[in-house]
Amino acid sequence: MTQIFAYIPFINGVAADVALEYPSAAKKIDEGASLTAVVTGSGADLDKIADEMTSIYSEVIKIDHADLAYPNGEVVRKALVSILPADAIFLTAHDTFGMDLAPGLCVKMDSAYAADVVDFEGIDGTTLKAVRQELGGAVSTHMTIDISSGAVMTVRPGAFTPVEGGSANGSVVDKSGDAGDLSAKRKFLEIVVAEVGDVDITKSDVLVSIGRGIEDEDNIEIAQELAEAMKAVVSCSRPIVDAKWLEKSRQVGTSGQTVKPKVYMAMGISGSFQHMGGVKGNPFIVAVNKNPKAPIFQVADVGIVEDILDFIPELTETINDL
Amino acid sequence: MEILVCVKRVPDTAENEFELNSAGNDLDRDDLVYSVNEWDNYAIEEAIQIVDKVGGSVTVITVGDDESEEVLRREMAMGANNGILLSDDAFEGSDGLGIAAILKAETQKGNYDLILSGAQADEGAGQVGGMLAAMLDMPYASLVNKIEVGDGKIIVGREIEGGNQEMNEIDLPCVLSIQTGINEPRYVGIRGIRKVAKVDIPVKGTSDLGIDADSVGEAGAKTKRVDYFVPDMGDGAEMLEGSTDEIIEKLIEKLKANGGF
Repeated sequence: MTQIFAYIPFINGVAADVALEYPSAAKKIDEGASLTAVVTGSGADLDKIADEMTSIYSEVIKIDHADLAYPNGEVVRKALVSILPADAIFLTAHDTFGMDLAPGLCVKMDSAYAADVVDFEGIDGTTLKAVRQELGGAVSTHMTIDISSGAVMTVRPGAFTPVEGGSANGSVVDKSGDAGDLSAKRKFLEIVVAEVGDVDITKSDVLVSIGRGIEDEDNIEIAQELAEAMKAVVSCSRPIVDAKWLEKSRQVGTSGQTVKPKVYMAMGISGSFQHMGGVKGNPFIVAVNKNPKAPIFQVADVGIVEDILDFIPELTETINDL
Repeated sequence: MEILVCVKRVPDTAENEFELNSAGNDLDRDDLVYSVNEWDNYAIEEAIQIVDKVGGSVTVITVGDDESEEVLRREMAMGANNGILLSDDAFEGSDGLGIAAILKAETQKGNYDLILSGAQADEGAGQVGGMLAAMLDMPYASLVNKIEVGDGKIIVGREIEGGNQEMNEIDLPCVLSIQTGINEPRYVGIRGIRKVAKVDIPVKGTSDLGIDADSVGEAGAKTKRVDYFVPDMGDGAEMLEGSTDEIIEKLIEKLKANGGF
């Protein structure tokens, strides 16, 4: 029987949403597989999470150790190598922790590796079929994964349907004693909390959000004028912050702010999942992009194929004349 | 400090509209514009800045075909001192583990204190750096957006969720994957590329590296890409068409109806 293990990330005593999504992913891998949650950490928070997971998973493995109090990928990897069976199928979220942990884990487990999986299409013999995206979401691919010696895979948060917890009535298995030597050559020091900017983009009902399509720092002015006309605030995607054209506090995305506006104007934004991961609450999304194949058009409500440098000033002028 | 930077030649997502070929199993690659992976430029820039501060050298390496030489020269024009091209027909079809194994073989021939890669490339997996570190038994940190070099150790900041930064102390030698935004990569002009046009770049294959050809490439790959396809994401957006004036009129109606004013 296929044995699947799912790593449950949590912060400040709250499990990540992906905890409810792994069971759907596991079913798509193999309907008959066993699914075990794995939680690592230290103390009361860990016990609370392990307990909560028993409502979703029939078995929950807990590893409690002072060195695991903060999820350092190098340390967690050592603990996992000690407790996982050699041919385990191991799932973790494709988040900043999973990206840190998983590539090295597959080497130490001598397993196959697949990253950022968005769908599974079942096992045939020892071959698992999965779906991924490439080129910033512009194309998808089917891939085959030889799982004969196990597999380590990261799954995209939000890609699998969350299940209703509550009925699993599972049990916690304490494997703290099996974690082995957890000494590592990387030591966690501290979290530096993001700086608060001049404007709080999370408080605005309408966001005029700009991406690469703005092309030049001088052009940001046209977005500000549109935002003014709409009584909105200017936010942006990652490349704008990388170029230092706007403050980090204006960045929407998994590595920036999570926003819940009523209207999201995506101007010259391609729409990578890291960016859209920061847009919550099902807003009305308007996408303007000169590339008709931009992935943003798949998630937007309204799409317009135009160059934003021409389109935005005309839109602003019309709104101002209303 | 001796620094190795792993780079990749990729289709440029900013310059291409991706189409499938007529068979539907690959991209139509005839007119694709290729460039160096965006993340790699930040890794090279960071390496150059470190060497400018503490001395040493920067070597840039890639696994690829003859055409990958151009990305090595571009990074050398930025200021990398040496280039190495790992190329062999047997490497074709390698998965992430295969690429990492090829890089490992060459890395072990050098004496590097620090190995950098981009945080991810065209396939969006972000896998090779972490695999290489584990194969070399070196510590690893991903998504690095700050490096402070110390004695035998370095302090690195990792970009984590919500724009926060996770600070770590990590022993050398180590492998780091570099996130965009860590620095501002310098501009490379035609003149800079001409300057390094004649610099010798060694090309190494399986026998030079002592790699069993069956352990890499398609033969050794545990994961294989079957095909490319354009996903059916449901209805997608309602596309507004017509003259710009007509589009704006329709858009304003929709914005009014959905709370845009």
